[in-house]
Amino acid sequence: MKDMQDGYTTADGRKIGGVVMEMKNITLRFGGVVAIKDISFDIREGEIRAIIGPNGAGKSSMLNVISGFYVPQEGEVWFHGEPRPQMRPYEVAQQGIARTFQNIALFEGMSVLDNVMTGRLSYMKSGLFSQALWKGKAEAEEVANREVAEKIIDFLEIQHIRKTPVARLPYGLKKRVELARALAAEPKLLLLDEPMAGMNVEEKEDMSRFILDVNDEFGTTIALIEHDMGVVMDLSDRVVVMDYGKKIGDGTPDEVRNNQAVIDAYLGVSSD
Amino acid sequence: MPDQFLFATEVFINGLMAGVLYALVALGFVLIYKASGIFNYAQGVMALFAAMTLVGIMNGQVPFSHIINAVFGTEIHHFGWHVPAFLAIILTVGVMVGFAWLVQRLVMRHLVGQEPIILFMATIGLAYFLEGVSDLMWGSEIKKLDVGLPQGGSFWIEDMTAGLGSDNFYGFFIDNLDMVATVVAALLVVGLVLFSQYTKQGRAMRAVADDHQAALSVGISLNFIWVLVWSVAGFVALVAGIMWGTKSGVQFSLSLIALKALPVLMLGGFTSIPGAIVGGLIIGVGEKMFEFWIGPLVGGATENWFAYVLALLFLVFRPQGLFGEKIIERV
Repeated sequence: MKDMQDGYTTADGRKIGGVVMEMKNITLRFGGVVAIKDISFDIREGEIRAIIGPNGAGKSSMLNVISGFYVPQEGEVWFHGEPRPQMRPYEVAQQGIARTFQNIALFEGMSVLDNVMTGRLSYMKSGLFSQALWKGKAEAEEVANREVAEKIIDFLEIQHIRKTPVARLPYGLKKRVELARALAAEPKLLLLDEPMAGMNVEEKEDMSRFILDVNDEFGTTIALIEHDMGVVMDLSDRVVVMDYGKKIGDGTPDEVRNNQAVIDAYLGVSSD
Repeated sequence: MPDQFLFATEVFINGLMAGVLYALVALGFVLIYKASGIFNYAQGVMALFAAMTLVGIMNGQVPFSHIINAVFGTEIHHFGWHVPAFLAIILTVGVMVGFAWLVQRLVMRHLVGQEPIILFMATIGLAYFLEGVSDLMWGSEIKKLDVGLPQGGSFWIEDMTAGLGSDNFYGFFIDNLDMVATVVAALLVVGLVLFSQYTKQGRAMRAVADDHQAALSVGISLNFIWVLVWSVAGFVALVAGIMWGTKSGVQFSLSLIALKALPVLMLGGFTSIPGAIVGGLIIGVGEKMFEFWIGPLVGGATENWFAYVLALLFLVFRPQGLFGEKIIERV
């Protein structure tokens, strides 16, 4: 298994490490509908891995399998070289897999800062009473966690809305807050479900920049789903292409772009 | 000092104390509402159930004795021991935690991600179910609850204040139990605020109230939080049950005090713990003062409706209450 251990070097010279997560022959059915059919691929340390495909291809289902919201009928999910036992979504999150949602799932009543702080919950270990009384270990812990949260808030340039309730924010900023909350967990693997959906060109450019910066600055491994082919090809190191629940392509953006099956899926096959 | 003023002051103070007792019940509602977005109709019945369980344990009563006797033809009613109040309270807390766990297991976990109205309906069912269970478990007769709290008027205060007015004025009558209730309510509120604002579990609780899916994605276990929320609500219900039970006996009308909590919540706002306290005080003082001044003009008995009319006015002019979160909606 030499190939599994080695990384590769990207076109822009970044070193990509070993396999973090591997999907092995995943099949997911809802009743008679096969959402994902026998798909395998891997995600390597430090890379930006995209999953693309037309509507209804099973991309979101795939992301939900990774984050534990769906349990596949067949196949195994390997994380850090071990098969992952069946887990609840919150247990997956505690393992270091953070995610954002296509339709934004934030705590609307809380401020931006509080939302980001929820991302740090798994890091708070001190006792109930010392937390309530703000004493000893709890105080130091809260300060440390707050520092991480503030750093991420600075990084994503949302300082000016730190204390604003999330319900008041426009869509583009909400997306950024959601990214901040996911990052606050210092995830080993960050899952982004259509991070650019519904954004205008300028917002898309901002978000792309943030995704690249996050990957660059923190070395975070990122798996993302995206609709917009142009964006994906610019951002990602390797791309999995899905269509009707099957994998029809896997490789660097250039390889995928020239793959006949992918071209057919996206542009349709002419009848003659 | 004129007697009229002294009487008014006495009424005012007693109103404050009554308000504290209303606030105690309202607190249980606010807590669950904040933490799970559910208006828990069963809160009043939970107070009844907690008080009955406490009395039952203290008297060494055999739970479900009527059914047991009917089925097996036995005649057992009591274990024949008495449990000291302190121990009985701890055991009752245990029972309430067990109840919370059952609620989570049998009701809440099947309703993840449902509309708030569905959850509300579930709590109505829960209220009737729990009322029936309390009856089956401990019987329906009125019981006396005495956990050693001081009762009756405070002679000390009466003696202190007797000299203030003319000979017609005998000093303030203030119930000792009401004073204890005030202290307990204050402690409870401070504890709850610290818990929900500063602890990890409190933050997780607020997160769950907002969005189930998002809470899962940051590593919060919904099941654990729900057991926690219902346990805390059970604990608050127990405190309210002890206070009201000591005051007026443990009986089924105890579950109706929940109705008095509704106007308190409309005043204070469903999402604010300080709101529940201030709302309770306003209702308590308001209805006593109204009865004192306006009551004689309209033939009395204003205490029965004053709170609801006040709540109605609030609904018209300030629907989110005094302290509730302003309802923001982006379109």
